[in-house]
Amino acid sequence: MANLFADPFNALFQFQQALDAFRTSGWLGSGPSSAGAYPPLNVFRKGDDIVLITELPGIRKSDLDIQVKGNTIRIAGSKAVQYGDNAALHRRERLAGRFDRAIAVPVEIDADRVKAEYRDGILALYLPRAERDKPKSITVG
Amino acid sequence: MATSQALEVQEKKELVSKEEKTVPARYFVPTTDIFETEDALTVVMELPGVDKEALDVNVENNVLRVEGRIDYSKYERMDPLYTEYNIGHFARSFTLSSKIDQQQISAQLEDGVLTLTLKKAKEAMPRRIAIS
Repeated sequence: MANLFADPFNALFQFQQALDAFRTSGWLGSGPSSAGAYPPLNVFRKGDDIVLITELPGIRKSDLDIQVKGNTIRIAGSKAVQYGDNAALHRRERLAGRFDRAIAVPVEIDADRVKAEYRDGILALYLPRAERDKPKSITVG
Repeated sequence: MATSQALEVQEKKELVSKEEKTVPARYFVPTTDIFETEDALTVVMELPGVDKEALDVNVENNVLRVEGRIDYSKYERMDPLYTEYNIGHFARSFTLSSKIDQQQISAQLEDGVLTLTLKKAKEAMPRRIAIS
């Protein structure tokens, strides 16, 4: 995995293949409100930690509500789509409404060190793995 | 408006283009709203993950073309564990129906949403004719 991004184009294809392969996996399990709900999520592993990325374009930071309890993360909020007065609509594809999704991650999270970042319509949550949940290396004596 | 309604997942549509790209990368069609007022045509596009610097907007032969590239380097040293959507660049073009003043196009990118205001050309604006 170390040389995964050695060549940018090759890396891109490998990355896409990996994404496709994991698309159908049941990693998050079938919790009460996990897969299929809004917003769609991508989950990555970065070293020991988990990174959760989701596309939420057009949502104000103040309209986002993120909560962490145990190994469950809740992402809730609302999205508004507005047109001016007297506007004639040609095309209407963007959806507005509210959302509320809870995801249970299969590792223990250090809730105090969770970081959230919202930039260019992408929400990234950095979930550090709890120190006591990290695997221990055992040296062969 | 309908903010009490629950949001549904919109599957990302991959772009099927007549022209081919030299770089083999995935392109998706951004979800778009277009509406018209008396003096302007407004195009609102969702381009999550596209930075201001990586966005191209141009109007040529009455075709409005928007291309936004995402930064793959942000995904470096990360292994995907579970995914529900794919990532890629965005591209979409529209043939403009009404005459647009090409000098007066303004663009604004905020929270991954691009708002383009295309002012209508003078001759395309509705005119009130006074009866003498």
